Amino acid sequence: MSLKPQGRVVYANARLLDPATGLDVIGGVLTDGEKIADFGVEFASPSGAYGDATIVDCDGACLCPGLVDIRVQLREPGDEHKSTLKTAGESATSGGVTSMVCLPNTNPVIDDMSVVEFVARRARLLGLSKVYPYGAVTRGLEGRDMAEMGMLAESGAVAFTDGTRAVASAKVMRKALTYARNFDLLIVQHPEEPSLADGGAMNSGDLAIRMGLPGIPAVAETIMVARDVRLAEDTGGRLHFGHISTAESIDIIRRAKERGVKVTCDTAPPYFSLNELAVGEYRTFAKLSPPLRSEEDRQAIIEGIKDGVIDVVASDHAPEDEDSKRLPFAQAAFGGVGLETLLAITLELYHNGHMSLLDCLKTITCNPADLIGLPAGKLEKGAAADLCLFDPVRGWKIDADQLSSKSKNSPFDGRLAQGRCLRTVVDGRTVFEL
Amino acid sequence: MSTKDRELRFTHRHLLGIEGLYPFEITDILDRAERYAALNRQRTAVEPLLKGRTVINLFFENSTRTRTSFERAAKRLGADVINMSVATSSIKKGETLIDTAVTLNAMHPDVLVVRHGDSGAVELLSQKVNCAVLNAGDGTHEHPTQALLDALTIRRRKGSITGLVVAICGDVLHSRVARSNIHLLSAMGAQVRLVAPNTLLPSSMSVLGAEVYHDMREGLKDVDVVMMLRLQKERMEGAYVPSQREYFHFYGLDYDKLSHAKSDALIMHPGPMNRGVEIDSDVADDFERSAIQEQVEMGVAARMACLEVVTANLEDWRKENGL
Repeated sequence: MSLKPQGRVVYANARLLDPATGLDVIGGVLTDGEKIADFGVEFASPSGAYGDATIVDCDGACLCPGLVDIRVQLREPGDEHKSTLKTAGESATSGGVTSMVCLPNTNPVIDDMSVVEFVARRARLLGLSKVYPYGAVTRGLEGRDMAEMGMLAESGAVAFTDGTRAVASAKVMRKALTYARNFDLLIVQHPEEPSLADGGAMNSGDLAIRMGLPGIPAVAETIMVARDVRLAEDTGGRLHFGHISTAESIDIIRRAKERGVKVTCDTAPPYFSLNELAVGEYRTFAKLSPPLRSEEDRQAIIEGIKDGVIDVVASDHAPEDEDSKRLPFAQAAFGGVGLETLLAITLELYHNGHMSLLDCLKTITCNPADLIGLPAGKLEKGAAADLCLFDPVRGWKIDADQLSSKSKNSPFDGRLAQGRCLRTVVDGRTVFEL
Repeated sequence: MSTKDRELRFTHRHLLGIEGLYPFEITDILDRAERYAALNRQRTAVEPLLKGRTVINLFFENSTRTRTSFERAAKRLGADVINMSVATSSIKKGETLIDTAVTLNAMHPDVLVVRHGDSGAVELLSQKVNCAVLNAGDGTHEHPTQALLDALTIRRRKGSITGLVVAICGDVLHSRVARSNIHLLSAMGAQVRLVAPNTLLPSSMSVLGAEVYHDMREGLKDVDVVMMLRLQKERMEGAYVPSQREYFHFYGLDYDKLSHAKSDALIMHPGPMNRGVEIDSDVADDFERSAIQEQVEMGVAARMACLEVVTANLEDWRKENGL
C-alpha cells in the first residue's frame, strides 16, 4: 500500500457526525494530503464543483472521525504467531479504528524506551491504524519496581499500565500514582485482586457451580477499584480503570467522581452485550478477563455508559491462537479479539434505544482521545484526515473466520450485528474499503 | 559579659536540633564559628577552651566525614576525644541504648556527640546523661551541625542569609539534612524551595513553610543557593525513583538545569556525592560556584562553636544542679 497521501479528496454526500461538537448534518469532508482541509454542508453534493479534488460519494452513509481504541493487545514483538502489527492494523482499519493504544504486555515488555520506539516506528512504516504505546508501570510488569515512566513518556508512551496484570501491591500503586503526578501521567489499572482471581475461569455464581468451574468473584474487581480510588484520592494522581465489568465498581467510581477524585474508566463491548451465559457449553472464545458477569451487571454497565460514569468503550482486543483457546475451559487463555466488532456492538446501544447516535460515538472517538491526550477523534480543520465511513443500519453476521485478525477468537462469532464500517481513511489515505 | 549579652546567647545544654531555636541563638553559634573559621585558615593556635574535657564520639551509624570533623573540632579546642563505633546489631532495642548511656555516663564525659539511625534516639539518650549532647544526625529527623555549617558557608559567600532564595533538591523525604536546613534557613529569613519528585517528598512538607516544586527548571529559577541532597542507591531502583538514569535526567544538577538559577548561585552538597546521580561532575567541581569543599572546611569551625557553647552551658547546668 502506498504511503503517499492522495491529493485533495472530497468525501461528499455523507451524514457528517462530529461527536465532540454535536455536529450532525448532511455534508462532507475535504481532505488535502494528510490533513482535513475543510468540512461541512458545502460538501453535501456528490456532483458539486470542488476544483481538482477527487470526489468520493458517501451515498448518505455516516462519516465520523476515525475510532480511537485505547485497549488493544498487539502481540508484536514476541507473539507474532497470534498477531502482528500488520494484522492488528488491518483488523483495526476494517473496524474503522484509526488510532489504537496498545498494552505493554509484549515480549520484550514495553518498559524500555527502545521498545516504545520500535513499536511506534514499525506501526508508522505500515501506515495502517496509528499505534500509541502504553508504557509499563513496573519493570517487567512484575509489580515491584517502578519503570522509567518519565523517560518513557518523553519517548512516546502515552499512559502507563501493567496491561492485563493489576498493580497488586497497594504500596507500589501508591508510589506509582505519586511519581506519575510529577509528569501528570495517567495510570491505567486492570482492576482485579490477583489473590481472589487466581485459578478462576469464569464469573463466580450459580452457573460456575453448575459448570463445575472455579469462579472469579465480582468482589475481586470491586475491592481493587475501591482501594485504588482511595489511593488516587490520597495521592492526587490520575487513575483510569480498564474494562469495568461489575455494577458495584460503577457505584464506587460514580461516588468517587462526585467527590472530585481524578478517576475515569472504560468498559468493553462484551460487558454490555453479553453475560455469563455466553460461556455455556464451555465456549472458550467467551472466556474473558474480567469474566463475563451476571445480567444485573450487564444492565448496570449500560446505565454507567448512559450516565457518563463510564467514559470510554474500548475493544479490549486480545488475540489468542487456536492452541491457546481449543483447550479445556479452565486451561484456555483469557481474551477475545474486538477491533472489528467495536463499532457494531457499540452501536447496539443506539439501536436498542439507550443512547443517541452521537453519544454512542463519543465513547469511541473524542472521549478516549481526550482521556489519553491523542490528536484524534474529532473533526477539525488542520487535523489528521482520519475518518470512518459507516452504515449504521447495515446488517451482517459476525463470522470469526471472515475477520482480518490473525487470531479469530471473537466472543461474538455468529452474532447478528447492525452497523458496519464501509471505508477507513488514515492520514488522507483510504486504507480499508468494504 | 552584660545581662543583655547573656540573653542573646545560645543557652541550651544540648544541641539536639534546629527546630525551635531562636534566630539569635543561631547567630550566636554562627558568629563564634566565623571566628574559628578565620583562625583555622590561619593555622593559629586556638584558646584551648575544652582542655581537660572529654568528648565521646558515639556513632551508632557509620560515618567517616562527620566523625572526623567532630574529632578535629574537639582536638583543636584541646579536648580528649574518644571514638566509639557501636555495631548496629547490638543497639536495636531502646533499652540497650539507655544502658549504653548509663555506662558512658559513669565515665564522666563532658560532651557526647551522637549519631543514631533512629529518629529521636539522640534525644532519648540526652535525657539519661549528665553531660552535654550534640546531635550528629538522628534517623531522618535532624542534623543540626550540618545546617549550621551550611549556614556559615552561605553567610560567608553571600554576606547574609536573610532574603536569599534557597532550593533544596533531591531526597527530602529521607533527609535529616533537609529538615534541619529548612528550619534554620526559614528562621533566618530565607525563602526555601524543595525540588524533588513527589515520591521523595513528604506529603505535608509545605507545613514546614517551604514551597514545593516537581520540576527542576522551575524550582531553580532565580535561586541564590542550590543545595543538593544525596540519594541512596537502594532508593533509586524502583521503590522511590525508577532508575538512576531517570533520576539524573530529571533531577540531577547539570549546567542546563543550573542555568535557570541566578548566575552567581552557590552549589552545595552535604556529601558524600553520587556523581552522575544527583550531581554532574563538572558542576560539583566548578571552582567558581561550588562550595562543596568549603562546606567541609566550615564543618570543623561550626562544630568547634557548638562544642564551645554547650560546654559553657554545661558548666552553668552543673553548678545549678550541684554536680
